[in-house]
Amino acid sequence: MDWLDMALQAVIWAAEILAIAVPVALAVAYTTYAERRVIGWIQVRQGCNRVGPYGLLQPLADGLKLFLKETIIPTKANKFLFIAAPVMALMPALLAFAVVPFGETTLFGLWETTHVMAIANLNVGVLYVMAISSLSIYGILMAGWASNSKYALIGAIRSTSQMISYEISMGFSIVCVLILAGSLGLSDIVRAQEGGLFHWYFIPLFPMFIVFFISGAAETNRSPFDLPEGEAELVAGFFVEYSGMWFAVFSLAEYAAMFLIALMTSILFLGGWYAPIPALDFIPGTIWLLGKASFLVFVFIWFRATFPRYRYDQLMRLGWKVFLPWTLAWIAVIGISTYTPGLSDVIAFWQPWR
Amino acid sequence: MNFIKRHLKTWLLWELVIGLSLTGRYLFKKKITVEYPEERTPLSPRFRGLHALRRYESGEERCIACKLCEVTCPALAITIESEERADGSRRTTRYDIDMTKCIFCGFCQEACPVDAIVETQEFEYASETRAALYYTKDMLLNVGDRYEPQIAANLAADARYQ
Amino acid sequence: MLESAFFWLFGGLAVAASLGVILSRNTMHSVMWLILCFFNAAGLFFLLDAEFLGIILILIYVGAVMVLFMFVVMMLEVNEAVKREGWLQYLPVGGMIAVILFIELVAASTSGLFGSEQMAMAAHMGADVNNTVEIGKELYTRYLLGFEIAAIILLVALIGAIVLTLRERKDAKYQNISKQVHVRKEDRLRKVSM
Repeated sequence: MDWLDMALQAVIWAAEILAIAVPVALAVAYTTYAERRVIGWIQVRQGCNRVGPYGLLQPLADGLKLFLKETIIPTKANKFLFIAAPVMALMPALLAFAVVPFGETTLFGLWETTHVMAIANLNVGVLYVMAISSLSIYGILMAGWASNSKYALIGAIRSTSQMISYEISMGFSIVCVLILAGSLGLSDIVRAQEGGLFHWYFIPLFPMFIVFFISGAAETNRSPFDLPEGEAELVAGFFVEYSGMWFAVFSLAEYAAMFLIALMTSILFLGGWYAPIPALDFIPGTIWLLGKASFLVFVFIWFRATFPRYRYDQLMRLGWKVFLPWTLAWIAVIGISTYTPGLSDVIAFWQPWR
Repeated sequence: MNFIKRHLKTWLLWELVIGLSLTGRYLFKKKITVEYPEERTPLSPRFRGLHALRRYESGEERCIACKLCEVTCPALAITIESEERADGSRRTTRYDIDMTKCIFCGFCQEACPVDAIVETQEFEYASETRAALYYTKDMLLNVGDRYEPQIAANLAADARYQ
Repeated sequence: MLESAFFWLFGGLAVAASLGVILSRNTMHSVMWLILCFFNAAGLFFLLDAEFLGIILILIYVGAVMVLFMFVVMMLEVNEAVKREGWLQYLPVGGMIAVILFIELVAASTSGLFGSEQMAMAAHMGADVNNTVEIGKELYTRYLLGFEIAAIILLVALIGAIVLTLRERKDAKYQNISKQVHVRKEDRLRKVSM
């Protein structure tokens, strides 16, 4: 490989990263807009509709405002970790998008075979996403500790124990998907669900689908599991001391993680880029995938507008005493039925590796 | 049977679904927001907004400097000084209302024996300085001149209930 | 060339980070250095085509174990003065252990057992060899017994940890959440005809 090839490769990588990172940033910005509008409508209000037509420029106005605000660093805070924490929170949320397959394309017939639209089509994609998203704990933990404030510390501890607890049930519900798909690669998991609605994994794994989605809400500290922010008792949780752009970075990370969970749910359980009916596959797969993910983001917002916040002990009970046994039991159910003579024929419908 | 029904409800998250369907219905309800600069809510004739000093039809100011409003004002927002005019009538030389103190209780309006000090339906008089909220006699008379038809109509509408 | 550059990057950062772990005054910083060290170790695994091990290292050690470390460190109030007191007292034992470890490492690495000609695989395997599948096959066929024994030991440790924390205090009142959650309207509400 000579220098020209390497330079060319670097340019291609940069373009790929930009092609994912910029839409993600935009999607995150407009998720905040969608959240305000949808919650407004549900509460029989209008939501933000002042900046630009239908308020569409509101995210930009918010961004500008936050950008121009002063960043206050508390005197007794650990300055380095205080500044590093938001970066540590945002970085994993964006890194995880590197392996998300957004669809298959031949680039309008330019390539002979179809390529998966992902920056890196890892064969351990699921594990990568789990590993990277578990890193976002550090941003929160560091923010809580470095702020040198009791509210921030308690918020951070709540948040991390919540994330660790729910990561386990999330991981186990993914194991069920892996048993069916027979691969750790995200694109392979999607391909295993080819052939219409009935091949999608939310049918044999319906409880896991629910558990994964709800754990996702808990994992990203979304309402009704937004205990770490608990305004009533913790002011704002781990980011009380943050202001201006650093504060915005935390909410960027939260919304990016929420979008990631929505994408992962559609990839693992809702057939990824495939249409519910094979006849509808003429619509590009990316549109299907983004449509499914957007609907799930809407459901997250819907949850927030509907459910009151959990109490902390109830939250822990739900994670450890309800979700964990359920996921373990379902792994056993799927595993046993895979190798039980009568049942294995039924479940083989979802197992293309057999 | 009851047992099965209860467990089915629990595991299918039935009550959560009911809650979601309720909020889902509200998503499409007609929105009740009044979009303020373009739309306004109706105001009562008794609305207590910016103060005004009224005049008689002849152009003579109504206020006779009895200072009842100054006495009754619970926020001590009104300051009045008076003297005898050349024609022998008693008039104010100074009639100031500090809008930053005023609590818009309407006692001055009720105390006034000649309906001189009234509160209009005007409420958009925000300013960038505190000084601009210190209303002098000229300013109050000016407000009165501007809103006289409205004030008269409101007083007439409310007269039956006084 | 690129590969050796990355090797020196990961290896150097790993060594620097582990120096940071033992040299930094602030325990919180030590934990952060340790996380960086694990990351670079994972990078070295990736260079060795062991992507499964690398990811698992990040998932388990960085994602879970170090978080618990951090919890403990955050909760402890570590007094700098007390900590520095009497390190001379521990120097002989600590130093001896360090020297023994160092000699062992040098002896092992120069013995020729780990030379590149001794390794099972000197070149990269193709992209079609999925080492997750290979590890799975080995683990669940040849080493099944060992795997099961390890699993049972871990399960025992898990149950032991839970049992240790399970103590009912008689002088404190607890909420029974299961009971709270399972309450239904019919249990509490009674219609009375007036």
